[in-house]
Amino acid sequence: MSDMAMPGEGQSKSLFINDPKVRSIGLQVIALIVVVVLGWMFIDNARENLADQKIATGFGFLENTAGFGINQTLIPYTETSTYGRAFVVGLLNTILVAVVGIFLATIIGFMVGVGRLSKNFVVRALSTVYVEILRNLPPLFQILFWYLAVLSALPGPRQSISVFGEFFLSNRGIFAPRPVFGEGSGLVVWATGAAILAVVLINYWSRARQEETGQRMPMLRIGLAILIGLPLVALIVTGFPISFDHPELKGFNFAGGIRIIPEFVALTVALATYTAAFIAENVRAGIQAVSHGQTEAAHSLGLRNGQTLRLVVIPQAMRVIIPPLTSQYLNLTKNSSLAVGIGYPDLVAVFAGTALNQTGQAIEIIAITMGVYLLLSIITSIIMNAYNKRVALVER
Amino acid sequence: MSLTFDDGTFIRAEMETPLPPPVRNIGVIGWMRENLFSSVLNTILTIVGVGLFLLIVPPLLRFMVIDAVWTGDSREACLGPDVGACWPFIGAKFGQLIYGFYPIEERWRPNVVFALGALLLVPLLVPSWPMKRLNALLFFVAFPIVAFVLLTGGNIDASAFLFERFGLIHLIVGDVTIAGINIAFWVDYILTAIVVALLVGAVIGVIGGSAPSAARNTLMVFAAFGVLVLIWDIDFGLPYVETRQWGGLLVTLVIAVTGIVASLPLGIALALGRRSTMPIVRLLSIVFIEFWRGVPLITVLFFATYMLPLFLPAGANPDGLLRALVGVALFSAAYMAEVVRGGLQAIPKGQYEGAMAMGLTWSQMMRLIILPQALTLVIPGIVNSFISLFKDTTLVLIVSIFDFLGQLRASFTDPNWASPVTLYTGFAFAGLIYFFFCFGMSRYSLFVERRLNTSHRH
Repeated sequence: MSDMAMPGEGQSKSLFINDPKVRSIGLQVIALIVVVVLGWMFIDNARENLADQKIATGFGFLENTAGFGINQTLIPYTETSTYGRAFVVGLLNTILVAVVGIFLATIIGFMVGVGRLSKNFVVRALSTVYVEILRNLPPLFQILFWYLAVLSALPGPRQSISVFGEFFLSNRGIFAPRPVFGEGSGLVVWATGAAILAVVLINYWSRARQEETGQRMPMLRIGLAILIGLPLVALIVTGFPISFDHPELKGFNFAGGIRIIPEFVALTVALATYTAAFIAENVRAGIQAVSHGQTEAAHSLGLRNGQTLRLVVIPQAMRVIIPPLTSQYLNLTKNSSLAVGIGYPDLVAVFAGTALNQTGQAIEIIAITMGVYLLLSIITSIIMNAYNKRVALVER
Repeated sequence: MSLTFDDGTFIRAEMETPLPPPVRNIGVIGWMRENLFSSVLNTILTIVGVGLFLLIVPPLLRFMVIDAVWTGDSREACLGPDVGACWPFIGAKFGQLIYGFYPIEERWRPNVVFALGALLLVPLLVPSWPMKRLNALLFFVAFPIVAFVLLTGGNIDASAFLFERFGLIHLIVGDVTIAGINIAFWVDYILTAIVVALLVGAVIGVIGGSAPSAARNTLMVFAAFGVLVLIWDIDFGLPYVETRQWGGLLVTLVIAVTGIVASLPLGIALALGRRSTMPIVRLLSIVFIEFWRGVPLITVLFFATYMLPLFLPAGANPDGLLRALVGVALFSAAYMAEVVRGGLQAIPKGQYEGAMAMGLTWSQMMRLIILPQALTLVIPGIVNSFISLFKDTTLVLIVSIFDFLGQLRASFTDPNWASPVTLYTGFAFAGLIYFFFCFGMSRYSLFVERRLNTSHRH
């Protein structure tokens, strides 16, 4: 270490090998040599082994026909599609689980986290039990439990459980109405987009106004009014072009509607509830990190309970909550790879599973798969660091 | 007592005892009014909560205890309506769930390993017990070696490696094996040690160091490693049990303990590397740590199972469990490195400066001053990463290693025990086991955290 250089530097007699600078450079050169030699050995071995086993190399296989089916595809895919397309299908399925899972986990997590701090004994106890049980069981165990013990135990399609006569729960999955976009529905979509844009802009403007004048606008009410009103007006103007394709029991199965496969439900629910337990702890820690003096000060300024929570406690708690929250989101995304345990066609199951077995090109396929997750992690941590810089306490 | 004067004036000299608070504010009722029914929302929440409780707990209890079947020797016992948990199923599968397909007559070996592990672990966990250093050494160094010999049977095939390439060894000793020890290997090993020690001594001597001490140190390293290999090499007369026969909780614990034992030194080295002032060492450490932390364990296991054999010389074909262990060790080392780094960063700068002012070398400073404090500080973090490692061991079932969960899943397919409740019984049992381990460890980590937390805030 260079900062230990001081004592030796004055001595002219000191040995060449004891010079910290020489040592530091020497050590680094050795480390580099070791890494390079190891890497070269690995590459050399791999080249030899691949040649022996007659496995092709390179990414040309992505253009080849995959020849296997996938039971949930968000984009058109058939058995004659390429491995490249199978990769995209798997990636989209992973993203679907991640997005839906994160959405559910956040809601459950915040509810349970606040529940852990509730004054109500029953709520507090239930929240604590939830966190302790869910956190201490392996996620794969929970996924298998949902898949084998809950969803497979549902009745067959003919005896399916009906919810409002529109949704049907059975061991073949969940059947739900599918929206059919008729003529003129483009306008409704545009109206929805415009509504979202308007809310964002108004929100921006109202914040600027508050900074300047101190006046607040009831953004929640205005936002909801615009978000619901504008599409509704568009619907009325175009004469309700969006209809629903209802699932109906035909023979031994349902026809029409959307089928949500049980693997997806099991994976998403298990991951969401599992991750929610961790999010709940983050939320609790974040709220507890806001000192009680803040609440008291807010009360003495005349803010009501709700206002105190919304304007004083939560903004400060968020600063503590968000960094671990993102890492929980990342964990959920990475854990979605457990899909392979129940056969949900995510990136790992489709690409590192089936495609790897068919092509044998382990190096390329695992490198691509790891690369996707790595990229995701790096992007998340870049965003996180930027956010941290923005919200960090500015100290003197 | 009170004072009463002649004119009838009355002065109270003592306080009247206060009236008790209204019944509705104290006791059970008061507590309920304040905690459960203080507002409309609160009341609704209470009712919903109690409803949830009634919905979950009584049926669960009925399933697991009241309606449960406790005796029987086949599925017949667990058929019939309104039957609860089928515990005889667990009883019949218990051996498999704990040992996998480990030969029944050899099951005493895992038992000894379990007992030994518990015997060494418990005193290590109790903070007030003495001889932590010796205990840690036994648990982290001696125990894995003994466990390896006991579980596999030891007696590895060590064969001459370096000088044999030039056809030298067999010329001298021929092919002799005594008590499982291959003499040719050991002659080769000793010759190699001497040659390497001489070479190192010569190099150090040329650049101006002390040649004899360098040679001696090299020999010591060889000797230490030699003892390790010798123990593995001796034939203790234990039949060889290949890892494919291992399974159940045994594999779960083997993976978890190996992961933690291997990841601790590796993680410390990586953490020191990441905090180093040498740019190349730091960069290599960061890349290593962030790479493994950025990918899911499944892909690491796929990597270890399918890709690792390609990177090794042709013919070297490590068995499935070993591959998984390598993957798990690398993966958990990266996480451990971050835990240890947290500890290193928490040590005040004054400690480093004080150590340097005392004239300690870098390794002395780390060994004697910084690491003992930093590692004590991160014990909760280490336990927490052990918990997640323990939970993550379930993933090996995806690369067809039958750990506890894998074994459970396999036992569901047994037609002898096929009944409507088999599945639920299995999940209930496995859930209890996993919860027992993870919850216990998390309590322990909380306990240590509270012990370490000597600040008096709040």
